[in-house]
Amino acid sequence: MIQYNRFVLDNGLRVLVHEDHSTPMAVVNLMYDVGSKDENPEQTGFAHLFEHLMFGGSVNIDDYDEPLQRAGGENNAYTTNDITNYYCTMPAENIETAFWLESDRMLSLAFNEKSLEVQRKVVVEEFKEHYINKPYGDIWHKMRELAYKEHPYRWMTIGKELSHVENAKIEDVKNFFFKHYRPTNAILVVAGKVKVEDVKKLAEKWFGDIPAGEKYNRNLPQEPAQQEARLLEIKADVPLDAYIKAWHMEARLNKGYYVADLITEILGGGGSSRLYQSLVKEKQLFSNLDCHHFGTTDTGLLAIEGKLVKGVKMEDVDKAIAEEIEKIKTELVSEAELQKVKNKTESIIAFEDMSVMSRANSLAMYELLGDASLMNTELEKYQAVTVEDIRDYSIKIFDEKNSNTIHYYSKN
Amino acid sequence: MLNRQEAPEIVDAVEFNLQLKQVEKFTLDNNVPVYAINAGAQDVVVVELVFYAGNWYEEKNIVAATTNFMLKNGTKSKTAFSINEHFDFYGAYLNRHCYNETSTLTLHTLSKHLPKLLPVMNEVLTDSIFPDDELALYKQNQKQRLEVNLKKCDFVANRLIDEYLFGIDHPYGKYTSPADYDALQREELVKFHQDFYTKGNCMIFVAGKLPIDIQQQLNNVFGSLPLNQTPINNITHHIAPAEIKKQHIINDENGVQGAIRIARPFPNNRHHPDFQKASVLNNIFGGFFGSRLMSNIREDKGYTYGIHSYIQNHIHDTAWLISTEAGKDVCQATIDETYKEMDILRNEIIDEEELDLVRNFMMGSLLGDLDGPFQIMTRWKNYILNGLDDQFFYSAINTIKTVSAEELQYLAKKYLNPSEFYELVVI
Repeated sequence: MIQYNRFVLDNGLRVLVHEDHSTPMAVVNLMYDVGSKDENPEQTGFAHLFEHLMFGGSVNIDDYDEPLQRAGGENNAYTTNDITNYYCTMPAENIETAFWLESDRMLSLAFNEKSLEVQRKVVVEEFKEHYINKPYGDIWHKMRELAYKEHPYRWMTIGKELSHVENAKIEDVKNFFFKHYRPTNAILVVAGKVKVEDVKKLAEKWFGDIPAGEKYNRNLPQEPAQQEARLLEIKADVPLDAYIKAWHMEARLNKGYYVADLITEILGGGGSSRLYQSLVKEKQLFSNLDCHHFGTTDTGLLAIEGKLVKGVKMEDVDKAIAEEIEKIKTELVSEAELQKVKNKTESIIAFEDMSVMSRANSLAMYELLGDASLMNTELEKYQAVTVEDIRDYSIKIFDEKNSNTIHYYSKN
Repeated sequence: MLNRQEAPEIVDAVEFNLQLKQVEKFTLDNNVPVYAINAGAQDVVVVELVFYAGNWYEEKNIVAATTNFMLKNGTKSKTAFSINEHFDFYGAYLNRHCYNETSTLTLHTLSKHLPKLLPVMNEVLTDSIFPDDELALYKQNQKQRLEVNLKKCDFVANRLIDEYLFGIDHPYGKYTSPADYDALQREELVKFHQDFYTKGNCMIFVAGKLPIDIQQQLNNVFGSLPLNQTPINNITHHIAPAEIKKQHIINDENGVQGAIRIARPFPNNRHHPDFQKASVLNNIFGGFFGSRLMSNIREDKGYTYGIHSYIQNHIHDTAWLISTEAGKDVCQATIDETYKEMDILRNEIIDEEELDLVRNFMMGSLLGDLDGPFQIMTRWKNYILNGLDDQFFYSAINTIKTVSAEELQYLAKKYLNPSEFYELVVI
């Protein structure tokens, strides 16, 4: 059970405090309700570029990193399709430094041309390092475009193409900032060796006078239900053939999300999972295989992907996967198999909760989803899933019409 | 009125009185030492068995790593599947890793499941059989994985720079080829397992919220194994550094980035009298986000997503290394700037403001690293495997607090000479 206090400033900033006096450290986690899904389709990669620009100086402070390091702190940030999260840890005594830094960059960035110019280049190198200069690096770009026709999940956080980031202008940056980086659109979680009263004072002092800004009303095109199976064939300069198949699954807060999470574990979680045992060990069709999903806020994807053993034919892989899928749709899993994946979930949650940073991050995420207390009821929702649910949701998800497949062939 | 231009007061992290929680030590009936850290709020525990079974001790390439990997692939009474299923059922993780000197078998679990899991952990140490079909599958899949990795410039660069520094026959310098997989025989694994696991040298590290009977649980399972009967074999390996200092390699004609590695030997590692001060110098040079390399090459020039320098984590002799991936067109400029930063550290004294920042950053980072039982144990394990104790921790703190700018400049003159570095670019 994770304890926390919650209050809201007049400007709409939500603040959560989670005290843990067993650590000498404090965590300040600031989550903004903006992700790559909020981007203009002609200016993708912006939310993530922004994450870089947030370190390029704010209106009253030239440099974000230096004062934090001087206070013995460390920070990082990440961007997903749904959110952008900034977090720092420091010795609890120096927590006010984080309030000073984070509040000033929420007040306003410096919008420095030089920083924009450099960070455009850095992001272009990041793009190359992860998505161009690596074999199979483009596979998820292609899959997103195949699986999503309307919803902005159709591009990756790094952006649809390099030119979008390369062409970013300072005016675009300002507009994006004042649209999304406002107190009403943010959640502050403070955790570790802190006291609620102190955090209240600090929050009022540093964030209280930031103008609320206009509430951003998200109005994203939702992905219509897919009506027919899609297949894309690619030839590329890679050593081995690869395969991915992805199906739409339910949004993060729906029951179907929890069932899909357990289905993913049954199929692909660990050395005793079904697909690993059947397709890697017994039939030896894949040299490696992964089954996972994106825990996205809106309807997500559940995917099976792997590289084929040399000489194996794509149609044999298609057939073998179809057989496993058919099995989970028609035969009830045993209670023991379901218990196994529930036990694993319980243990994953316990290990995640060891770190105060991870607890702070989860609280922010659940608050953003609607209610921080959801964090304490997660396990119950998994426990409530039945063997019938697994079958029924498998039938729903693994409808062939709901599927997207890429056959990624080696040219060599 | 709030003055946002003025930073709040801070407590200098160098003022902190950092303490490393003492590790408890006991021995099993067979003299296997156990180091324990009992702390934390969650009911989770890690049990790690460390064997002197790294590639330092193998006579043929990848025997050590393969033996370690295949510990989970079948015993006299259990298939690979049933071993996996057993640990998966309890939501536990049994991992294994092979390093240079040591290899590990590590269990992460909720404390309550230990009695069900320790016996099977024991079984893989005593009863592993290395089935032929499992080995064949492993070879096939590893060869495929290697083929993919060899397309990546960073993977290729990491292999080659180690070869230049230590020589292809040294455990730190050697790497795997497809032919090594082909040449591997089951009998070699069986023998290595027998010599270095079943009858090997072992120590155990446990951390987390430990059950009250942890000592008894461990002793019941591991206390009568024929471990630690003979002293560890003191093998020495000869270092054969490359003659040629600069190498530029085209691995992929269409590559858009180059993997840059710039490295020099650093003898004797943590036992070298310069080590702790050199660690501070390394931080300033390229050891954290605010370092000179990062500030110049990423934050000012935008040549790369990241550039780092570090002293490699070896037990014996080691190396000081700079590592980055940079745009193909700016690889040379990145190298030039790296050398320029070395020149500045040699020729100009570091100002107190920068040095204070690094002192505070390193202290804060150390404090953060001690957060939680697993982290505390990781630090202790590192000390113990390197033949050190907590004196090393306290002297490191003392060095961070007191090392002078003059001493750092002296070390820069001693170590940061471009002509003594290997330089490698792989595109």
